[in-house]
Amino acid sequence: MDRRSTLKWILTASAAMPLLVRRALSEGAAAAQKTAQPPHGYGTDPDLIKIYHPGDVWPLTLTAQQRRTAAALCDVIIPADSVSPSASSVGVVDFLDEWVSAPYPRQQEDRPLILEGLRWTDAEAGRRFSKDFADLGESQQHAICDDICSEKAAAAQFAQAAKFFARYRDLTAGGFYTSPVGRKDLGYIGNVPLAKFDGPPADLLRKLGLI
Amino acid sequence: MSFLTSSTIEKSYDVIVVGSGAAGGQTAYTLTMEGATVLMLEAGRKYVPELETPMFQTPDQAPLRGGDTPDKRFGFYDATVDGGWQVPGEPYVLTTEDPAGRFDWWRSRMLGGRTNHWGRISLRNGPYDFKPHSRDGLGFDWPISHEDIAPYYDKVEMLIGVYGSSEGLENTPDSPPGCLLPPPPPLLSERLIQQRARRIGVPIIPAHRAVLTEKLDFKRSPALLHPGNLKAQKIIAADMQRRAACFWATPCGRGCAIRANYQSTTVHLPPALATGKLHILTDAMVREVKLDKNGLAQGVVFIDKTAGTSHSVAARVVVLAASACETVRILLNSKSAQFPQGLANSSGKVGRYLMDTVGSSLSGQIPLLESLPPMNEDGASGDAVYAPWWLYKEQQAGKMEFARGYHIELGGGKQMPGVGTMRGAEWLTGGSYGKKFKEDARRYYGSFVGFAGRGEMIPNENSYCEIDSSVKDKWGIPVLRFHWQWSQHETRQAAHMQKTFAGIIDAMGGRLKDGPITDGSKAISPGGFIIHEVGGAIMGANQASSVTNQWCQTWDVKNLFLTDGAVFASNADKNPTLTIMALAWRSADRILDLMRRKEL
Repeated sequence: MDRRSTLKWILTASAAMPLLVRRALSEGAAAAQKTAQPPHGYGTDPDLIKIYHPGDVWPLTLTAQQRRTAAALCDVIIPADSVSPSASSVGVVDFLDEWVSAPYPRQQEDRPLILEGLRWTDAEAGRRFSKDFADLGESQQHAICDDICSEKAAAAQFAQAAKFFARYRDLTAGGFYTSPVGRKDLGYIGNVPLAKFDGPPADLLRKLGLI
Repeated sequence: MSFLTSSTIEKSYDVIVVGSGAAGGQTAYTLTMEGATVLMLEAGRKYVPELETPMFQTPDQAPLRGGDTPDKRFGFYDATVDGGWQVPGEPYVLTTEDPAGRFDWWRSRMLGGRTNHWGRISLRNGPYDFKPHSRDGLGFDWPISHEDIAPYYDKVEMLIGVYGSSEGLENTPDSPPGCLLPPPPPLLSERLIQQRARRIGVPIIPAHRAVLTEKLDFKRSPALLHPGNLKAQKIIAADMQRRAACFWATPCGRGCAIRANYQSTTVHLPPALATGKLHILTDAMVREVKLDKNGLAQGVVFIDKTAGTSHSVAARVVVLAASACETVRILLNSKSAQFPQGLANSSGKVGRYLMDTVGSSLSGQIPLLESLPPMNEDGASGDAVYAPWWLYKEQQAGKMEFARGYHIELGGGKQMPGVGTMRGAEWLTGGSYGKKFKEDARRYYGSFVGFAGRGEMIPNENSYCEIDSSVKDKWGIPVLRFHWQWSQHETRQAAHMQKTFAGIIDAMGGRLKDGPITDGSKAISPGGFIIHEVGGAIMGANQASSVTNQWCQTWDVKNLFLTDGAVFASNADKNPTLTIMALAWRSADRILDLMRRKEL
């Protein structure tokens, strides 16, 4: 669609957004589906020079409990390792809160999916281990996530939870890899002015059989 | 002070130019550099790229990590103000919700218009592209040939700065020495595409983009651009020296504060303003062109959007360069006793033969590009290479199921991670999370390539726009209603694109998540999505079948010119902007000539 050079679809593995779910994951989801109605987005002529933080344009809406579960879950998806810290330590929960609190249609569609998914995650942790998800040990958290981490492989009773997890992982990754440490983790070293652009190094061209 | 208000503009000018993008910018540049006084009217706000361009801002500094929203369709940092396929308060009407029959109209309400964010791909139309009907019996011939416009392509390339090369390929014109800047080195992924695409017969050559890979030749070019005009030469030489070369960072789509790519606001308008001959009025929405008692254009009526008031201004010549559809809208809204169907519409052709570009895209994942070491692949922020159409002979021999060609834009590499990074990656990762997911992200980042076909649409009777009888915009101006239909030439071409892209990806050892789409009607982007809309007031050889002559001068009103894409009689696969500028320069030369001869 965009002839405009940056070709953003190149950066993503998917051709389209996953089909979003309006239906509740389980009974009793009505409360979770209550959508915030912030007054407006940033409009069609926002200041592009200013540096924004989540909450600057529309209010954040997640409760402390939701944020706690959100943090635990995004750190299961992107934990600290030898290369970089965890997702929650670089502001990904704020980003997720900004996302589900945003007034735009795509985000408003994600909101019930995410809020109900967080609720389901805690409920499932309680059912299996009598604790909140955030209070589980790593192997307990993995026991739940292993059941929902693949939309393709998930058992029928976890299908909706797997849809939630797929979307949540997408958002967690989007938040993490757009942060400075996420960029560094991937080895992105651009966005700096260069006097000269030489193209790929010769050893790589040789390795790929291009020279 | 060259930016005026509706109360400080002069009563009359040599020329009024409506619009400030590629067409308006080029028209005003040529006219003012050669001494004419010009009032430029722009419907959007004043825009200053040097101050407003988010050059090094990163996604984490933007709302929603810079991702697209209905407010900013191409992402937060895209250089579009008050624009998109929907503009608040400025509706248009569709006759169907069916994607096959819809046309969506992208506008941008800012000085410089869409040139601030465009892809900068600057391809010349070839000889066949001006005589398509003669070649295959479809569509219309232009009243000019490639030879007529080639000198203007030379000038535009020298003025704005275009990188590329001359390869001597069929219907893919070479530029004379001294016109093009050197192309940038291809990225690793582009090199791999080049190698593998050639194996299946698809040529990959340096792309042409309006980006300064070097500083412009301010010593040689000015005399060629403005022969015998020392003042103009001096102005443009000074301005060329003020434009920096690309520093290989920051996306062109945000615009460029160092003026290293072409946008009207950084290339056409500064020297035109330096002449002292150009007045610019922004937030001025033109409603109609007014005629005098002799049937000549006397000026325009516009709405001052800041005050909501209506004003008139007069000129010897009126140029509409408002973008194809907006120009058509102004003509159709300019009704008079002489032109009850709209101005310059004695042929009934105003609004007819609206065209966009055929678009279809496919991306793949390439194992050979996985887990590569860090390297800076920002490059020139766009294609270093592309594939020009390569099957002319097969088409001529009747071996293809569609009549016209397409070129392939492509890309890949370690671009700045965006909010979509690793989105929907389960098909690769099997659903990993945790440390494995982080390892997968390192492995797959930068291993994707994408292909976008850009093909020729043949004008047809069912793709057109007209004025809606009831809907008006917030200024009270009647709006356009669009009708759209692709022919099988376009849908079959889109299916061919998909097959070609899948073939290249396969030749790279790559894999597809989805596709290729074999049904062309599903593979083709909806009308207006490629934002190459042209036509609607086509030029031709006679008054009965066209709206303007070869000089973009309307047949019906001799001091009314249309210098934007509205006059295109065909829409070659080549992106239209360079041709718009070349035609506008040629038309402005004609206006100057006629004014000197007192014929206008």
